[in-house]
Amino acid sequence: MSNRHVNVVIIGSGAGGGIVAKELAQAGLSVVLFERGRWQTPAEERKDDLRNQRTIALGAAYGPDEVRNPRVFVDPNGQAHIVSSADWNYNNNAACVGGGTVTYGAMAWRFMEQDFRMKSLYGVPEGSTLDDWPVSYQDLEPFYEKAELELGVSGDVSGDPFKGPRQRPLPMPPLPDSLETQTLKPAAARLGWHPFYIPMLRNTVPYNGRQACMRCRWCCGFACECDAKSGTQNTVIPTALATKLCELRTECIASQILLDSQGRACGVEYFDGSDHRQVQTADLVVVSCGATESARLLLNSRSAAFPTGIGNRFDWVGRNLQGHAYNGAVGLFDHDVYDDLGPGAEVAVCDFNHGNPGLVGGGMLANEFIRLPYQFINIRPPGVPRWGQAHKDFMQKWFRRSIVVMGPSQEIPIFDARVQVDPKLKDHWGIPVVRLSGTSHPHNLELSKFAADKAGLWMKEAGAIEIIRRQKTQNSLSGGQHQAGTCRMGNDPKTSVVDRYCRVHDVNNLFVIDASVHVTNGGFNPVLTIMAIAYHAANYIKGNWRGGGFR
Amino acid sequence: MKPKPRPVRAHENASPPSGLSRRRFVRRTLLSLATVPFALSTADWLKAKGGRFFTDREALALDALCDRIIPTDQYPGAAWAGVVEFIDRKLEGYHRRHQNLYRSALATLNEACLNIHKKPVTGLTEAQRDELLHQLENGEFPAMGWKKSGQKQFFDRLVDDTMQGFYGGPRHGGNRDAVSWRMLGLPEPPVRSRRPANGPSARKVTGA
Repeated sequence: MSNRHVNVVIIGSGAGGGIVAKELAQAGLSVVLFERGRWQTPAEERKDDLRNQRTIALGAAYGPDEVRNPRVFVDPNGQAHIVSSADWNYNNNAACVGGGTVTYGAMAWRFMEQDFRMKSLYGVPEGSTLDDWPVSYQDLEPFYEKAELELGVSGDVSGDPFKGPRQRPLPMPPLPDSLETQTLKPAAARLGWHPFYIPMLRNTVPYNGRQACMRCRWCCGFACECDAKSGTQNTVIPTALATKLCELRTECIASQILLDSQGRACGVEYFDGSDHRQVQTADLVVVSCGATESARLLLNSRSAAFPTGIGNRFDWVGRNLQGHAYNGAVGLFDHDVYDDLGPGAEVAVCDFNHGNPGLVGGGMLANEFIRLPYQFINIRPPGVPRWGQAHKDFMQKWFRRSIVVMGPSQEIPIFDARVQVDPKLKDHWGIPVVRLSGTSHPHNLELSKFAADKAGLWMKEAGAIEIIRRQKTQNSLSGGQHQAGTCRMGNDPKTSVVDRYCRVHDVNNLFVIDASVHVTNGGFNPVLTIMAIAYHAANYIKGNWRGGGFR
Repeated sequence: MKPKPRPVRAHENASPPSGLSRRRFVRRTLLSLATVPFALSTADWLKAKGGRFFTDREALALDALCDRIIPTDQYPGAAWAGVVEFIDRKLEGYHRRHQNLYRSALATLNEACLNIHKKPVTGLTEAQRDELLHQLENGEFPAMGWKKSGQKQFFDRLVDDTMQGFYGGPRHGGNRDAVSWRMLGLPEPPVRSRRPANGPSARKVTGA
């Protein structure tokens, strides 16, 4: 039995796809939203210290399935390894309804104005593909605001003098100060920095029919038990489904995008939950699978017109893979600074995102999410052994007396950090798998050192008696939860994959709407930018929809 | 403020049985304390549970090693916390692929200890077990044909699994009575309802 033709098929229900589904369904378009994972509720994925998005000791709790979805990871020595979603080198993002937004820490950063014109500000570092975005902060500002209001963001950024101009304050206030915030905020101010409350996609008061955060210690990496964390799975996707125009099909994996004889996208081939091959035709195709899987889907969609994959005429699909190296410092104190109040991350400074002498960009610094005991075992000062009584003493003495300040440093993209499809290995459905290879730009190491220096200063001012630096020391490939860059947005089809509205240059009814399109990834968690881009692109699609067809 | 250590078990604070001198009582108590981990946890578990991966001998050898990785002080150590059961469950479930690693390593260790010390791993003193672990950590355990990399691989696995079993959530068979969380001063069960929260809320969205 064939599927009924629809206006739009969207592949991937994460930050990007969920929003596009809601926007287009509300505009009256019929939508099928595909997700390779399933609905996962906090009740079934109980707070498991050893099995969550951040700790994979007992596997990847939020998918994808470890056996059916291998990848190939090529290490810096050129050695290829087959990896599963329970290996860090898999660079996993969750595969479930809502994608990464189910389990993320939920920092809701707007990029700064400068983040959209890195090339103009800094030039192009040797060996890099640094460039400006074809859109500006001002273009995205209304869409950032829309994401903040519709999904729900709390915090107070009024103390941040470096932010781009904004029309409205955040819709919810920050949580009351934790002990860490009481320690760190005055210390940053004494240093002449500008601390403020991190914007978070998290209810701090009842909002949008969901309740406020109850401040438990299982936050970043876990589905929220009380649904206070705002993801697409508890905001825009239910809204899309309520229109009756959007159908969500879970446990379906797309194998390729189909083209008609005129070279326009006409649907998608996929395998349903029973492994049956099916086709869903549509007027418009939106790819929102995250930077690794979106690139894979384009590369696997080959035809006479696109022998190396759709949109890949100039070999830019899968290039410029970037995530974030996290850098900072751990401070050990002579008194308790732990109050068991989640989510933990509360206070940040953006003093070091730009304008750092001799550096290209920088990044924000913030206190880390609340740590669980198993996550703490390797936060040891040099000299403390991994085991034995001395390690147990360390745990007892310092668990409640430590603060971690970290932040993502904006990465300098390079052409050879990339997603390819493996020539040999196929997944459970016979689809060629992702092959990750490459390194990162050497300048990232300087940024790491700089961030660790600044975090150390902050710790010292806050009264830490011992400081442990945490910084990237190897030029390793970067992807993971913050994966971005593989289908770059640009005006020139020769050096980018999609245009400023996320439309693939060569195919006028095919869109890529997720972090793949990010030219650069900011010195911030990228999710709110993915959301803003999704609203921006959806707005364009709605505006150019002409009764039953696109343009 | 740290919570008080767990109350001692019944047999630990028994009053001196009549007919024992004070010295003999003290000595006997110390001896029994030295075997507390075995007496309280792993041995009971061995009696109670069928269908395990480890043989009794393997489980007791592992117990003796884990208890040096996280020893008993004013708080119980890894063995009391059920780390051996945790590892066993893991090898029967999620980490079947590590079964051989444990089986062959424990066999090699036992055999080598019988050669060197004329005792199995369970008969070694604490200092001897510490030395054994240090040798494994550096890949220098004197066992014929056991490569440096193989020793380190086993040691890394053993330490990480012990940490998981002791500091992870109790649901997987380790961290009995959330002992490590209490040790670290974490309220257990965790403080709830700082804000109105009574489990998962209905998926009700008023519309965006």
